[in-house]
Amino acid sequence: MKSWIAFWNILLKDMRTYYLKPPNVSWGIVFPLAWTGMFFVKSGRGLESLPLVLPGVVAVSVLFGTTSMLSVTVTFEKKNRTFERLLLAPLPLEVLMLAKTGGAIFFGILNAFIPVLMATFFLELPPVEWSIFIPAVALIALASTFLGLFIAVAVKEVFEAQTFSNFFRFPMIFLCGLFVPVSALPFFLRPFSYALPLTYGADLLHGSLRGEHFLPFALDFAILAIFCVVLFTLSLHNIKRRWIA
Amino acid sequence: MTGQQTLALDVQGLSKRFEDVQALEKIDFQVFSGELFGFLGPNGAGKTTTINILTGLARPDSGSIHIGGVDCIAKPRGAQHLLGVVPDESNLYAELSGFENLCFCATLYGMEKKERVARARELLDFFGLTPAANRKFGSYSKGMKRKLTIAAGIIHKPPILFLDEPTTGIDVASARQLRQLIAKLHEEGTTIFLTTHYIEEAERLCQRIAFIVEGRIVRVDRVEDLLQPIQNNHVLQLAYEGGPQNLKELVAEESRKEERDLAFSAPREGFLRVEAPHPIRVGPLVRLLEDQGAEVYEARKIRPSLENIFVQITGIETGIMNKEKERKGGKE
Repeated sequence: MKSWIAFWNILLKDMRTYYLKPPNVSWGIVFPLAWTGMFFVKSGRGLESLPLVLPGVVAVSVLFGTTSMLSVTVTFEKKNRTFERLLLAPLPLEVLMLAKTGGAIFFGILNAFIPVLMATFFLELPPVEWSIFIPAVALIALASTFLGLFIAVAVKEVFEAQTFSNFFRFPMIFLCGLFVPVSALPFFLRPFSYALPLTYGADLLHGSLRGEHFLPFALDFAILAIFCVVLFTLSLHNIKRRWIA
Repeated sequence: MTGQQTLALDVQGLSKRFEDVQALEKIDFQVFSGELFGFLGPNGAGKTTTINILTGLARPDSGSIHIGGVDCIAKPRGAQHLLGVVPDESNLYAELSGFENLCFCATLYGMEKKERVARARELLDFFGLTPAANRKFGSYSKGMKRKLTIAAGIIHKPPILFLDEPTTGIDVASARQLRQLIAKLHEEGTTIFLTTHYIEEAERLCQRIAFIVEGRIVRVDRVEDLLQPIQNNHVLQLAYEGGPQNLKELVAEESRKEERDLAFSAPREGFLRVEAPHPIRVGPLVRLLEDQGAEVYEARKIRPSLENIFVQITGIETGIMNKEKERKGGKE
């Protein structure tokens, strides 16, 4: 059995059917613009403050792009029973779920580059440390997608997936050091920050885009990778427990 | 079945409970390679739960399953490559065309592009769906959807095929065509596990049948062996108007007085069913009814069928099954 044929075609089908549809492509452009605009209005500063908000906008674009899409598409397919068709295939569950999440990961990575590309039109960005930025974006996309999967497996309805996603996403925006540094947060909130994967992703983005970070890059990468493994393993466990019960 | 035949499916002591409902209670059965095995029972009997467990979509609480020699308890997804599954409701992608759906399903079994395109075209042609090949699956009629779902189930030429209520909810012509296809697949050597609540369909197609009621298998036998006890039974159905409310009892009493070996039942109002182990004389029977004030306007010989056996074994009236057929047919 050539698992790669199945893997590649599941990924390709999802890209065509869900992720590269015009509404989602426009989401990838409008969403970062809206966030950037919102922070300009809030700060009252000019374009020179763009590098300050850029890491946050990148992270939020990836987080929202991946979790929204994946939690909805998987829940939708489960409800329509098309997910059953995939479960019947002679594929290891790990391969199947990696194929199913692959589209969202790719979509998340694309989403991350849009704000950076847009920013280059407005001002000359300080040198970006691409060797950190690219793997950081990939790991943030992985962690966010697996968070979306974890959410999708926990709910039954599409609307529940969105509500449950927001339960995780909105606290992350304020607790993960995207726009407010973790060191500036009240002391009692900091443990929550360290328990969230995006804190480490945001640190990597700040480091690669602005040269400021509070943890060593290697530690950020390692913790983010652990979050990915834990979220994926938990999701697989829940799929076996809830969907193949 | 002879002892030389190999086992395609071997199920022993399979049990499954959903909260307070015992869906399956220690069921045992075997299906031989190349056999067309029927799984017959009313809605809620445990047919779909059994299929879900056998195909790896659910886990049993206890019991053993061997498919093509693979221990599916130890390796829950170890026999997936041997199976084709056609569920009771379509599980294809509404936004993909018929052709795209078939090609996509072929990729799930690792089929190369050239092979999957040729196979998809062959199946579309076989099912008469070539003109609709590029139309989105969501726009198909019920019958077309059913056909494409079956095509998707056999795209990889599985040696074992699970068909869950394949003809439910589709028109007569499509159902007939599907039954012909099932018979053809069986002739070609595919082992088929067919669940249905259409008794006549099971009788026509299957070699052996298991009756399942409330999660328990009440009988597994060859169709000929199931029918044997009623082969020499003679059944006559009389349609009448008028007469007293207790007509059946009065006629039965009169019949007993005349020492006739007849059994009476009333399948519904205005009908009297008479059974005997010998040919039934119509004239005296009609006179008997007319003496009680009823007017007989039709007498029809009924061929004993598996339906009678099903009622005998399960105690479930076929009227219940018919209502379920209508309900399910209307639902899809």
